[in-house]
Amino acid sequence: MKITVTINGQAYTEEVSPDLLLLDFLRAHGCYSVKRGCDTSNCGLCTVHLEGKPVLSCSVLAVRADKKHVITLEGLQTEAAEFGAFLADEGGEQCGFCSPGFIMNVLAMVRELEHPTEAEIQAYLAGNLCRCTGYQSQLRAVRKYLAWKQEGTP
Amino acid sequence: MSYVNSRVRKKDAMSLVTGKPVYTGDQIPKNALVVKLLRSPHANAMIQDIQTAAARKIPGVAAIFTWQDVPQSRFTTAGQTYPEPSPYDRLILDRHLRCAGDPVAIIAAESEAAAEKAARLVTVRYQVLEPLLDFTKAKDNPILVHPEKNFRSLVPVGADSARNLCSTDHFEVGDVEEVLSRCPVVLERTYNTTANNQAMMETFRTFSYLDEYGRLNVVSSTQIPFHVRRILSNALEIPRSRIRVVKPRIGGGFGAKQSAVSEVFPAFVTLKTGRPAYIIFSRQESMTNGSPRHQMRLQVRIGADRQGFIQAIDLYALSNAGAYGDHGPTTIGLVAHKSLSLYGSLKAARFNCDVVYTNTMGGGAYRGYGATQGIFAVESAVNEVAAVLGMDPCRIREQNMVAQGQIMATYYNEPCSSCALDRCMAKAKEMMGWEEKYPARTLENGHIRSVGVAMAMQGSGISGVDIGSVEIRLEDGGFYTLLLGCTDMGTGCDTILSQMAADCLDCSMDAIAVRGVDTDQSPYDTGSYASSTTYVTGMAVVKTCQSLRQKILEAGAEMLGVPAQATEFDGRRVFCPSSGQEVTLSAIANASVEGGRSCISASESHSSPTSPPPFMVGMAEIDLDPETGKVDVVDYVAAVDCGTVINRNLATVQTEGGIAQGIGMTLHEDISYSPSGRMQNNSFLQYKIPTRLDIGKIRVAFESSYEPTGPFGAKSIGELVINTPAPAIANAIANATGIFFRDLPIRPEDVALGLGKK
Repeated sequence: MKITVTINGQAYTEEVSPDLLLLDFLRAHGCYSVKRGCDTSNCGLCTVHLEGKPVLSCSVLAVRADKKHVITLEGLQTEAAEFGAFLADEGGEQCGFCSPGFIMNVLAMVRELEHPTEAEIQAYLAGNLCRCTGYQSQLRAVRKYLAWKQEGTP
Repeated sequence: MSYVNSRVRKKDAMSLVTGKPVYTGDQIPKNALVVKLLRSPHANAMIQDIQTAAARKIPGVAAIFTWQDVPQSRFTTAGQTYPEPSPYDRLILDRHLRCAGDPVAIIAAESEAAAEKAARLVTVRYQVLEPLLDFTKAKDNPILVHPEKNFRSLVPVGADSARNLCSTDHFEVGDVEEVLSRCPVVLERTYNTTANNQAMMETFRTFSYLDEYGRLNVVSSTQIPFHVRRILSNALEIPRSRIRVVKPRIGGGFGAKQSAVSEVFPAFVTLKTGRPAYIIFSRQESMTNGSPRHQMRLQVRIGADRQGFIQAIDLYALSNAGAYGDHGPTTIGLVAHKSLSLYGSLKAARFNCDVVYTNTMGGGAYRGYGATQGIFAVESAVNEVAAVLGMDPCRIREQNMVAQGQIMATYYNEPCSSCALDRCMAKAKEMMGWEEKYPARTLENGHIRSVGVAMAMQGSGISGVDIGSVEIRLEDGGFYTLLLGCTDMGTGCDTILSQMAADCLDCSMDAIAVRGVDTDQSPYDTGSYASSTTYVTGMAVVKTCQSLRQKILEAGAEMLGVPAQATEFDGRRVFCPSSGQEVTLSAIANASVEGGRSCISASESHSSPTSPPPFMVGMAEIDLDPETGKVDVVDYVAAVDCGTVINRNLATVQTEGGIAQGIGMTLHEDISYSPSGRMQNNSFLQYKIPTRLDIGKIRVAFESSYEPTGPFGAKSIGELVINTPAPAIANAIANATGIFFRDLPIRPEDVALGLGKK
């Protein structure tokens, strides 16, 4: 099938197999931040934004993204570095393999929820697994990032 | 000192958090062949016939290999110093399939679709044999897992393939029977732990290619690049000089990647076809044919006097090696050495063990490496003794724990050269509010809040075996390159070793360019395992810096025309205090690369005759719903003595992460098999690693001793921290319910049914 997908602002028109996953389509286009961590839509590593909403790109067919906009961490480098600095200052990235998907979901949360409570943060990010950190440092980073954003925007 | 004991950001952090393509899977050459394994559906079978002709006709299939095509030298995939204690019991492909998922054929194709289609067209006739799945019946069972004649054990570990024995061991300190006979309190208890999967987020993966010299280049997510070189040489029957192994960033290991799980397959394909090749294990493959923690049964006899002084422990451990003996003979030793040695009061101790082969997935190394299982059993038994005596479980530990200065008879007679376990206990009690919370209280909603405690220890490297070496070069302009052979797998060793080097050389961390690991260029290191990196390779950094400083001093003195003894080096310049002359580091560095002088570099290696244990106390506060049996760990307190903390952030996160994994293995994570021997927990749907909703608060404090043989006084931390959750949570459950659960994982249904029976 012929589809046109806009990845990080650039449109790609291509013939693809109907069973091609968006995850594999994105990696084939150089978006290596998008990782595969499981076969069962459990881990959150492949999270990207489809039309501004976070989705698991392992659970979306590439043809579903036809005529739509997809953003990966490659397209959000400034925001990634902003939040990522807070994560790095907690040592909360550790191996870093889950970081891109996690950060994509954090950035989606920040857009969606104005002043999230701790329970809301944990619930929003529950689908992002991490085996290294025990999640504590990630929560500290999110809180400090939110506080910094609130200070920055009057 | 400015960097050691601070909260330095990891040197590679920003590239990781911005999603840069720094992992193995991001760097695969475009024209590489996809490698897929056709795996056995049977736990025990012989291949009678295998037909690949139809599969080869699929467009895009480059090659298919079966057991007839591979070298016949047996090898081990365990990453250990040669001669490996793990028996040589594998082939790349074997006619005899010993566990479900064992590889039957290697398929290399231009695309994943072609490889998968071909896999479906390979026809195999199996002679299906009865599998041996129950490890408690494996010893001397008529079903033999390794009947082959060329099974080989390089080290006398007691391997006997005719009895399904991977290894056996025994030691006794004092006279256990005599001491137990005089103990008024003697308990006999049996504990069971299951296999656990490391479940690192990046599954096993490797790519390979031939370079311009015709050498095999292997890029892999591994903790053991130098061992992989030797393992590939053994497996492929080619000289080590033809192999180069490179480690990019790693997406977690936790011991899983201390075995060469994925490397041989693409390497073999590249060697045979001349083409670049890669394999990426699916999550399911990582689950069913990885290198998990060994399942164990532990029998404890423990004796104490009426005042709660523990007199003797008799421990028997039975370990399930599974189909292959990777790390089987070595994990078992830690069961005893790193549990019994927590108790300085013991008058006698004995350990017996058997490691047996079965037709389940072969085991491997997982953080804790046997200590985790041993500590669960011994710490649980101590808690049961305390309960029988009506003692506070903290109190019984306070009066029995090992102390600095003691000789640890059950720990190779090593002296306890640094230990703040007493301070860890005091700190943990204070943080938890133990006196107020022990043992339990019932909330208004009927839930029970209770607390539990456990102690733990580990080692710091393998004494007399592990070796780390480091090279530091002074480069023109006056910066340094730090070449490491140990593998940063997310743990941050590239950063902490740079911290040490910067402090030793009195320079900024920015002046240190760190690089690891490329076996062609990095100095030899056994690898990152056995909690060795900070302690062993760290000391190699300290020694290398000392050598390098001396060379810088001599070069500077020569330029100044004064004797080296008359000069000092402050990191920026070499100067002569008496004359006021000085020459800058950059001038020395620039001069060193001019003709007529020598380039300045130093390389030292380090190996330690001892393995000083880090210690900790862990305390769990749980919320238990008596109606459903559900247990939530609402608060976990850890007081850790890892000696000097090199990087407070990374040590904290290590601790938090280890505790979270420990909570997972205590309450959720299980590996079980169907009656025919297929693993039932082969995805994250069935194998439940904790999500952030499953983990309550984890609070960490450091109570540092100073280890005189460690770099800056440091010991290890990585493995230690997984060892307390199981016994501490089981203790909290006992304090809530009066029932000691002795089998892991402790599931809600176990708790609810246990309460129902009461």
